[in-house]
Amino acid sequence: MDLFEYQARDLFAKHGVPVLAGEVIDTPEAAREITERLGGKSVVKAQVKVGGRGKAGGVKLAATPDEAVARSTDILGMDIKGHTVHKVMIAETAPEIVEEYYVSFLLDRTNRTFLSIASVEGGMEIEEVAATRPEAVAKTPIDANEGVTPEVARRIVEAAKFPAEVADKVADILVTLWKTFVAEDALLVEVNPLAKVASGDVIALDGKVSLDENAEFRQPSHEELQDKASANPLEAAAKEKGLNYVKLDGEVGIIGNGAGLVMSTLDVVAYAGEAHGGVKPANFLDIGGGASAAVMANGLEIILGDPDVKSVFVNVFGGITACDEVANGIVQALQLLKDRGEEVTKPLVVRLDGNNAELGRKILSDANHPLVQRVDTMDGAADKAAELAAAK
Amino acid sequence: MAIFLNKDSKVIVQGMTGATGMKHTKLMLADGTNIVGGVNPRKAGTSVDVDGTEIPVFGTVAEAIEKTGANVSVLFVPPAFAKAAVVEAIDAEIPLAVVITEGIAVHDSAAFYAYAVEKGNKTRIIGPNCPGLITPGQSNAGIIPGDITKPGRIGLVSKSGTLTYQMMYELRDIGFSSAVGIGGDPVIGTTHIDALAAFEADPDTDLIVMIGEIGGDAEERAADFIKANVTKPVVGYVAGFTAPEGKTMGHAGAIVSGSSGTAAAKKEALEAAGVKVGKTPTETAKLAREILGG
Repeated sequence: MDLFEYQARDLFAKHGVPVLAGEVIDTPEAAREITERLGGKSVVKAQVKVGGRGKAGGVKLAATPDEAVARSTDILGMDIKGHTVHKVMIAETAPEIVEEYYVSFLLDRTNRTFLSIASVEGGMEIEEVAATRPEAVAKTPIDANEGVTPEVARRIVEAAKFPAEVADKVADILVTLWKTFVAEDALLVEVNPLAKVASGDVIALDGKVSLDENAEFRQPSHEELQDKASANPLEAAAKEKGLNYVKLDGEVGIIGNGAGLVMSTLDVVAYAGEAHGGVKPANFLDIGGGASAAVMANGLEIILGDPDVKSVFVNVFGGITACDEVANGIVQALQLLKDRGEEVTKPLVVRLDGNNAELGRKILSDANHPLVQRVDTMDGAADKAAELAAAK
Repeated sequence: MAIFLNKDSKVIVQGMTGATGMKHTKLMLADGTNIVGGVNPRKAGTSVDVDGTEIPVFGTVAEAIEKTGANVSVLFVPPAFAKAAVVEAIDAEIPLAVVITEGIAVHDSAAFYAYAVEKGNKTRIIGPNCPGLITPGQSNAGIIPGDITKPGRIGLVSKSGTLTYQMMYELRDIGFSSAVGIGGDPVIGTTHIDALAAFEADPDTDLIVMIGEIGGDAEERAADFIKANVTKPVVGYVAGFTAPEGKTMGHAGAIVSGSSGTAAAKKEALEAAGVKVGKTPTETAKLAREILGG
């Protein structure tokens, strides 16, 4: 889960990384009082989860409280690279910046460890620095168990050639930033720029944080950080029901068991769709192993509630779960939806394979639901579902 | 011969007495797995009757090894306790720890992987978030259904559980030496490369099927490895061509970030290494069949 800048700022502040004062608002008028409190001037910063907002006009100085309201009015509702600005942060104006640096900690999948990236050339995208001046970027592997001790921080500072007068301050910030990274179960904490200001202080002026959703069991406060306002309503509804669902832009609704098989199903439907006017998968939905009738009903309900969906492909490989249970689940789910007053009107193509497939197929045949068709191969079923979606 | 697991493997189950652990202990026993014990500190000294087989419960992995000579542990421990359980298995120097648990925080998996390396890699970790591995006809350590296929000469390595089952089903008449589900998390203990190296060295494997998915660069690195080190034919499949950028597709590790981790890049890398890559699981199975038939 990627956070907004203001959420990153709040987490940094909570763990002692030096940041400037700032508050987030969603109505322009609220900018006045905050700007007054900040001494009469402020910076209005669009809160979007995409880079390049400065160039897009999403960051403006306000010399007076009135100006802060005016700039907030301009920026709220603005579109930045397809992201609508719903919130702005009213931040303390930065003291005179002398130098801009970059520091981050992140998961290094390739080496199955964590990595520190540091550079004295901050302020722009680190990928850009790495591409044009790789010698200016210091990458240091971090042992997950040792972490960033003052000695490790010192090594990073030396590797990145931070100037002597800020070395101690940057090392302290690295230790604190690492604490933030671990305490919050983050996948990324990035400070860019980390600024040296005229007073000699070093401050995190902007940051990015990405959190591990698998750690939610021990991070109860992270739930509040979710951006429910901009979440797709179908995705939000699916999440409420504990379903693993991602909305896509096609017409064939997909239900399957197991993340890999569902991803594969999307691909197979997209290939099949090429022969049927380019229809595509409408979603990713993994109902997991041992899916009950209730889970199947919840899944079907979400998918049938998507106005873009024209046909549904249920693709199940019975591993531990027996296909007769899955077939019963489908039949019961259709009945359950009918009982809920949500009669199914879109055609369903069901492919069952694996454990007890014959029995499962028989159950579907016996139920003889007018909208349910059985196709017994994955590629064949994908083709049928695409054909039905194209015909609608 | 098979890889990592055979008829001589002595298996213990950490988390055996929980509902999931018990269900799969039964299934593993039914597949002929030699399960010699369970581990649960609160039930140490007791035993559990699993469909007529009396299985002793030990307080620690070390005790289980000492009393039974166990050399494989399968873990069904909930995410919150998984790190401690894997660390215990590493401390006891069990040669193979198969971590089935889904939803382990990546700070925990990175920590136990680093710990295993620090302790001299005496414990091979498979997973987390994986279906485990099976050597048909000999032993089953995990949740892969034992009745899909029979012993044969294809080796399979996959990030995904259900795609493993699908591929075993497609090629069920030919059979498998071993099938290894390495898991879909960002940090995993055993990689495609580890399994490829083991299958290359296994005299009972004639062809390797490798299933990958979006996210990370494991498939690209596997392609480099194949080019340099694998003489046996390899057939590949990659899932997630239609996955949009920045969305996690079920598996915590299955995410395309920017231009990295795309299915297209993985397919291209594998093909450049001489791997035949199928467009669908069925087509991939057909490619394997053609090679074995010819």
